[in-house]
Amino acid sequence: MQATVEREKELITRVIAGENDLFHELIRPYERMVYLAILTMLRNEQEAEDASQEVMINAFRHLKSFRGESKFSTWLVTIAMNEARQRLRKAKAAPVDSLDEGKEDREGDFTPAVLTDWREIPSEALEKKEMRQILRQAVDQLPPIYREVLVLRDLEELNQEETASALGINVPLVKVRLHRARMMLQKLLAPTLRPAAPAKKGFFGRMFQ
Amino acid sequence: MTLECKNVWEHISGYLDKQLDPKLLTDIEKHLENCEVCSAILDSTRNILVLTADNRIYELPVGYSERLHARLEKAIRETAESRSDST
Repeated sequence: MQATVEREKELITRVIAGENDLFHELIRPYERMVYLAILTMLRNEQEAEDASQEVMINAFRHLKSFRGESKFSTWLVTIAMNEARQRLRKAKAAPVDSLDEGKEDREGDFTPAVLTDWREIPSEALEKKEMRQILRQAVDQLPPIYREVLVLRDLEELNQEETASALGINVPLVKVRLHRARMMLQKLLAPTLRPAAPAKKGFFGRMFQ
Repeated sequence: MTLECKNVWEHISGYLDKQLDPKLLTDIEKHLENCEVCSAILDSTRNILVLTADNRIYELPVGYSERLHARLEKAIRETAESRSDST
Protein backbone atom coordinates (compact mmCIF):
# COMPACT_ATOMS: atom_id res chain seq x y z
CA MET A 1 0.00 0.00 0.00
CA GLN A 2 2.77 2.37 0.98
CA ALA A 3 4.60 1.61 -2.25
CA THR A 4 1.49 2.64 -4.20
CA VAL A 5 1.29 5.92 -2.33
CA GLU A 6 4.95 6.65 -2.99
CA ARG A 7 4.62 5.76 -6.65
CA GLU A 8 1.56 7.95 -6.89
CA LYS A 9 3.38 10.91 -5.37
CA GLU A 10 6.22 10.42 -7.78
CA LEU A 11 3.84 10.25 -10.74
CA ILE A 12 2.07 13.43 -9.68
CA THR A 13 5.35 15.32 -9.34
CA ARG A 14 6.54 14.11 -12.71
CA VAL A 15 3.28 14.92 -14.51
CA ILE A 16 3.35 18.43 -13.05
CA ALA A 17 6.96 18.74 -14.17
CA GLY A 18 5.84 18.02 -17.72
CA GLU A 19 5.81 14.25 -18.21
CA ASN A 20 2.18 14.40 -19.25
CA ASP A 21 1.94 10.85 -20.53
CA LEU A 22 2.36 9.50 -17.03
CA PHE A 23 -1.07 10.88 -16.19
CA HIS A 24 -2.61 7.83 -17.87
CA GLU A 25 -0.84 5.58 -15.41
CA LEU A 26 -1.74 7.82 -12.50
CA ILE A 27 -5.48 7.60 -13.01
CA ARG A 28 -5.73 4.00 -14.19
CA PRO A 29 -6.52 2.59 -10.70
CA TYR A 30 -9.39 5.07 -10.31
CA GLU A 31 -11.18 4.79 -13.63
CA ARG A 32 -13.79 2.48 -12.26
CA MET A 33 -14.30 4.41 -9.04
CA VAL A 34 -14.90 7.68 -10.84
CA TYR A 35 -17.29 6.14 -13.33
CA LEU A 36 -19.35 4.30 -10.74
CA ALA A 37 -19.64 7.30 -8.46
CA ILE A 38 -20.93 9.35 -11.36
CA LEU A 39 -23.14 6.62 -12.79
CA THR A 40 -24.88 6.15 -9.48
CA MET A 41 -25.61 9.85 -9.39
CA LEU A 42 -26.63 10.41 -13.00
CA ARG A 43 -28.28 7.04 -13.68
CA ASN A 44 -27.37 7.20 -17.33
CA GLU A 45 -24.46 5.23 -18.73
CA GLN A 46 -23.69 7.47 -21.63
CA GLU A 47 -23.74 10.64 -19.64
CA ALA A 48 -21.74 9.02 -16.87
CA GLU A 49 -19.07 8.05 -19.35
CA ASP A 50 -18.87 11.54 -20.78
CA ALA A 51 -18.78 13.07 -17.32
CA SER A 52 -16.03 10.67 -16.21
CA GLN A 53 -13.91 11.70 -19.15
CA GLU A 54 -14.44 15.36 -18.28
CA VAL A 55 -13.45 14.65 -14.69
CA MET A 56 -10.18 13.06 -15.73
CA ILE A 57 -9.42 15.91 -18.11
CA ASN A 58 -10.16 18.46 -15.39
CA ALA A 59 -7.99 16.52 -12.98
CA PHE A 60 -5.17 16.67 -15.48
CA ARG A 61 -5.56 20.40 -16.03
CA HIS A 62 -5.73 21.16 -12.34
CA LEU A 63 -3.27 18.63 -11.03
CA LYS A 64 -1.05 21.43 -9.74
CA SER A 65 -3.77 22.38 -7.29
CA PHE A 66 -3.60 18.94 -5.67
CA ARG A 67 -1.75 19.65 -2.45
CA GLY A 68 -1.52 16.17 -1.08
CA GLU A 69 -3.58 17.09 1.98
CA SER A 70 -6.05 14.40 1.07
CA LYS A 71 -5.47 11.19 -0.77
CA PHE A 72 -5.32 11.54 -4.53
CA SER A 73 -8.34 9.23 -4.80
CA THR A 74 -10.37 11.52 -2.51
CA TRP A 75 -9.36 14.53 -4.56
CA LEU A 76 -10.47 12.77 -7.73
CA VAL A 77 -13.76 11.65 -6.27
CA THR A 78 -14.41 15.21 -5.08
CA ILE A 79 -14.08 16.41 -8.66
CA ALA A 80 -16.28 13.56 -9.79
CA MET A 81 -19.04 14.33 -7.31
CA ASN A 82 -18.94 18.02 -8.20
CA GLU A 83 -19.28 17.17 -11.87
CA ALA A 84 -22.20 14.85 -11.13
CA ARG A 85 -23.94 17.42 -8.94
CA GLN A 86 -23.48 20.10 -11.56
CA ARG A 87 -25.02 17.92 -14.23
CA LEU A 88 -27.89 16.94 -11.97
CA ARG A 89 -28.52 20.59 -11.26
CA LYS A 90 -28.53 21.44 -14.90
CA ALA A 91 -30.85 18.58 -15.65
CA LYS A 92 -33.33 19.50 -12.99
CA ALA A 93 -32.69 23.23 -13.05
CA ALA A 94 -32.85 23.01 -9.30
CA PRO A 95 -30.08 22.66 -6.75
CA VAL A 96 -29.67 19.14 -5.44
CA ASP A 97 -27.10 19.77 -2.82
CA SER A 98 -28.29 22.49 -0.53
CA LEU A 99 -31.81 21.10 -0.71
CA ASP A 100 -33.29 21.08 2.72
CA GLU A 101 -29.98 20.81 4.42
CA GLY A 102 -30.70 19.97 8.00
CA LYS A 103 -34.20 18.71 7.40
CA GLU A 104 -33.01 15.16 7.26
CA ASP A 105 -31.22 15.52 10.55
CA ARG A 106 -34.27 14.43 12.41
CA GLU A 107 -33.76 10.80 13.06
CA GLY A 108 -35.92 7.91 13.92
CA ASP A 109 -39.17 8.52 12.10
CA PHE A 110 -38.73 5.69 9.68
CA THR A 111 -39.98 2.17 9.90
CA PRO A 112 -37.79 -0.55 8.51
CA ALA A 113 -39.29 -3.44 6.65
CA VAL A 114 -38.93 -6.96 7.91
CA LEU A 115 -37.29 -9.53 5.74
CA THR A 116 -37.48 -12.68 7.72
CA ASP A 117 -36.78 -14.83 4.71
CA TRP A 118 -33.77 -12.87 3.75
CA ARG A 119 -31.37 -13.33 6.56
CA GLU A 120 -28.95 -15.26 4.45
CA ILE A 121 -27.54 -13.81 1.28
CA PRO A 122 -30.21 -15.12 -1.05
CA SER A 123 -28.07 -16.74 -3.69
CA GLU A 124 -30.79 -19.25 -4.37
CA ALA A 125 -33.84 -17.16 -3.74
CA LEU A 126 -33.22 -15.07 -6.81
CA GLU A 127 -30.94 -15.19 -9.75
CA LYS A 128 -27.89 -13.18 -8.84
CA LYS A 129 -28.13 -11.09 -11.92
CA GLU A 130 -31.70 -10.22 -11.21
CA MET A 131 -30.75 -9.36 -7.68
CA ARG A 132 -28.09 -6.92 -8.82
CA GLN A 133 -30.60 -5.22 -11.05
CA ILE A 134 -33.10 -4.91 -8.25
CA LEU A 135 -30.45 -3.42 -6.03
CA ARG A 136 -29.39 -0.92 -8.68
CA GLN A 137 -32.99 0.16 -9.13
CA ALA A 138 -33.38 0.63 -5.40
CA VAL A 139 -30.22 2.74 -5.19
CA ASP A 140 -31.48 4.80 -8.11
CA GLN A 141 -34.62 5.62 -6.21
CA LEU A 142 -32.81 7.28 -3.31
CA PRO A 143 -32.78 11.09 -3.33
CA PRO A 144 -29.38 12.42 -4.49
CA ILE A 145 -28.18 13.61 -1.08
CA TYR A 146 -28.56 10.09 0.27
CA ARG A 147 -27.39 8.35 -2.86
CA GLU A 148 -24.10 10.23 -2.90
CA VAL A 149 -23.26 9.27 0.66
CA LEU A 150 -24.24 5.65 0.08
CA VAL A 151 -22.19 5.35 -3.08
CA LEU A 152 -19.06 6.71 -1.46
CA ARG A 153 -19.35 4.82 1.83
CA ASP A 154 -20.87 1.51 0.84
CA LEU A 155 -19.94 1.13 -2.81
CA GLU A 156 -16.59 2.83 -3.02
CA GLU A 157 -15.88 2.10 0.64
CA LEU A 158 -14.39 5.47 1.45
CA ASN A 159 -14.15 6.21 5.16
CA GLN A 160 -16.31 8.81 6.89
CA GLU A 161 -13.71 11.55 6.74
CA GLU A 162 -12.99 10.98 3.06
CA THR A 163 -16.68 10.94 2.26
CA ALA A 164 -17.25 14.15 4.18
CA SER A 165 -14.37 15.81 2.41
CA ALA A 166 -15.45 14.65 -1.05
CA LEU A 167 -18.98 15.94 -0.50
CA GLY A 168 -18.09 19.09 1.36
CA ILE A 169 -20.21 18.17 4.37
CA ASN A 170 -19.29 17.28 7.96
CA VAL A 171 -18.86 13.81 9.42
CA PRO A 172 -22.01 13.83 11.60
CA LEU A 173 -24.05 14.67 8.51
CA VAL A 174 -22.39 11.81 6.64
CA LYS A 175 -23.46 9.46 9.44
CA VAL A 176 -27.03 10.70 9.50
CA ARG A 177 -27.46 10.53 5.76
CA LEU A 178 -25.79 7.16 5.49
CA HIS A 179 -28.09 5.74 8.12
CA ARG A 180 -31.10 7.10 6.32
CA ALA A 181 -29.87 5.86 2.96
CA ARG A 182 -29.35 2.35 4.28
CA MET A 183 -32.73 2.27 5.95
CA MET A 184 -34.44 3.53 2.80
CA LEU A 185 -32.68 0.85 0.83
CA GLN A 186 -33.72 -1.77 3.31
CA LYS A 187 -37.28 -0.60 3.10
CA LEU A 188 -37.29 -0.45 -0.68
CA LEU A 189 -35.82 -3.89 -1.05
CA ALA A 190 -37.84 -5.73 1.52
CA PRO A 191 -41.08 -6.11 -0.44
CA THR A 192 -39.29 -6.99 -3.67
CA LEU A 193 -37.03 -9.53 -2.16
CA ARG A 194 -39.47 -11.30 0.05
CA PRO A 195 -40.01 -14.45 -1.99
CA ALA A 196 -42.75 -16.57 -0.48
CA ALA A 197 -45.14 -15.64 2.25
CA PRO A 198 -43.52 -16.56 5.53
CA ALA A 199 -45.51 -18.33 8.18
CA LYS A 200 -45.33 -15.34 10.47
CA LYS A 201 -46.35 -12.84 7.87
CA GLY A 202 -49.52 -11.91 9.66
CA PHE A 203 -47.61 -11.05 12.77
CA PHE A 204 -45.03 -8.93 11.01
CA GLY A 205 -47.63 -7.44 8.74
CA ARG A 206 -49.50 -6.20 11.73
CA MET A 207 -46.40 -4.79 13.31
CA PHE A 208 -45.21 -2.84 10.35
CA GLN A 209 -48.28 -1.52 8.71
CA MET B 1 -31.95 -0.10 30.35
CA THR B 2 -34.45 -1.80 28.12
CA LEU B 3 -34.51 -0.51 24.61
CA GLU B 4 -37.53 -0.42 22.41
CA CYS B 5 -37.34 -1.61 18.82
CA LYS B 6 -37.55 1.94 17.56
CA ASN B 7 -34.45 2.90 19.55
CA VAL B 8 -32.58 -0.04 18.11
CA TRP B 9 -33.46 0.92 14.51
CA GLU B 10 -31.89 4.33 15.03
CA HIS B 11 -28.55 2.68 15.64
CA ILE B 12 -28.48 -0.05 13.01
CA SER B 13 -26.10 1.88 10.83
CA GLY B 14 -23.80 2.74 13.72
CA TYR B 15 -23.95 -0.88 14.82
CA LEU B 16 -22.91 -2.15 11.40
CA ASP B 17 -20.07 0.37 11.27
CA LYS B 18 -19.01 -0.64 14.80
CA GLN B 19 -19.31 2.93 16.01
CA LEU B 20 -21.48 2.50 19.06
CA ASP B 21 -20.22 3.18 22.52
CA PRO B 22 -19.85 0.04 24.66
CA LYS B 23 -22.85 0.67 26.91
CA LEU B 24 -25.24 1.18 24.01
CA LEU B 25 -23.74 -1.76 22.18
CA THR B 26 -24.41 -4.05 25.14
CA ASP B 27 -28.00 -2.84 25.39
CA ILE B 28 -28.57 -3.35 21.70
CA GLU B 29 -27.05 -6.81 21.68
CA LYS B 30 -29.23 -7.77 24.61
CA HIS B 31 -32.28 -6.55 22.72
CA LEU B 32 -31.24 -8.36 19.55
CA GLU B 33 -30.96 -11.66 21.41
CA ASN B 34 -34.60 -11.48 22.31
CA CYS B 35 -36.11 -9.66 19.38
CA GLU B 36 -36.55 -11.54 16.16
CA VAL B 37 -37.90 -8.49 14.36
CA CYS B 38 -34.88 -6.32 15.05
CA SER B 39 -32.38 -9.04 14.34
CA ALA B 40 -34.10 -9.73 11.01
CA ILE B 41 -33.91 -6.05 10.12
CA LEU B 42 -30.27 -5.94 11.10
CA ASP B 43 -29.42 -9.05 9.09
CA SER B 44 -31.26 -7.86 6.02
CA THR B 45 -29.58 -4.45 6.14
CA ARG B 46 -26.21 -6.11 6.52
CA ASN B 47 -26.93 -8.36 3.55
CA ILE B 48 -27.96 -5.43 1.40
CA LEU B 49 -24.66 -3.75 2.23
CA VAL B 50 -22.71 -6.88 1.37
CA LEU B 51 -24.46 -6.91 -1.98
CA THR B 52 -23.90 -3.20 -2.51
CA ALA B 53 -20.17 -3.66 -2.05
CA ASP B 54 -20.17 -6.40 -4.69
CA ASN B 55 -18.18 -5.12 -7.62
CA ARG B 56 -20.46 -6.80 -10.09
CA ILE B 57 -23.42 -4.65 -9.17
CA TYR B 58 -22.23 -2.07 -11.62
CA GLU B 59 -20.16 -2.89 -14.65
CA LEU B 60 -18.00 -0.71 -16.80
CA PRO B 61 -19.26 -0.35 -20.36
CA VAL B 62 -17.27 -2.29 -22.96
CA GLY B 63 -14.44 -0.14 -24.31
CA TYR B 64 -14.81 2.40 -21.52
CA SER B 65 -11.14 2.52 -20.64
CA GLU B 66 -9.98 2.78 -24.26
CA ARG B 67 -12.32 5.68 -24.97
CA LEU B 68 -11.33 7.41 -21.76
CA HIS B 69 -7.63 7.26 -22.49
CA ALA B 70 -8.10 8.26 -26.10
CA ARG B 71 -10.02 11.38 -25.13
CA LEU B 72 -7.60 12.12 -22.35
CA GLU B 73 -4.68 11.79 -24.73
CA LYS B 74 -6.27 14.31 -27.04
CA ALA B 75 -6.88 16.75 -24.19
CA ILE B 76 -3.33 16.31 -22.92
CA ARG B 77 -1.93 17.09 -26.38
CA GLU B 78 -4.13 20.16 -26.73
CA THR B 79 -3.21 21.42 -23.29
CA ALA B 80 0.49 20.90 -24.00
CA GLU B 81 0.19 22.75 -27.31
CA SER B 82 -1.63 25.71 -25.85
CA ARG B 83 0.92 25.86 -23.04
CA SER B 84 3.81 25.92 -25.49
CA ASP B 85 1.99 28.54 -27.60
CA SER B 86 1.65 30.86 -24.66
CA THR B 87 5.31 30.66 -23.64
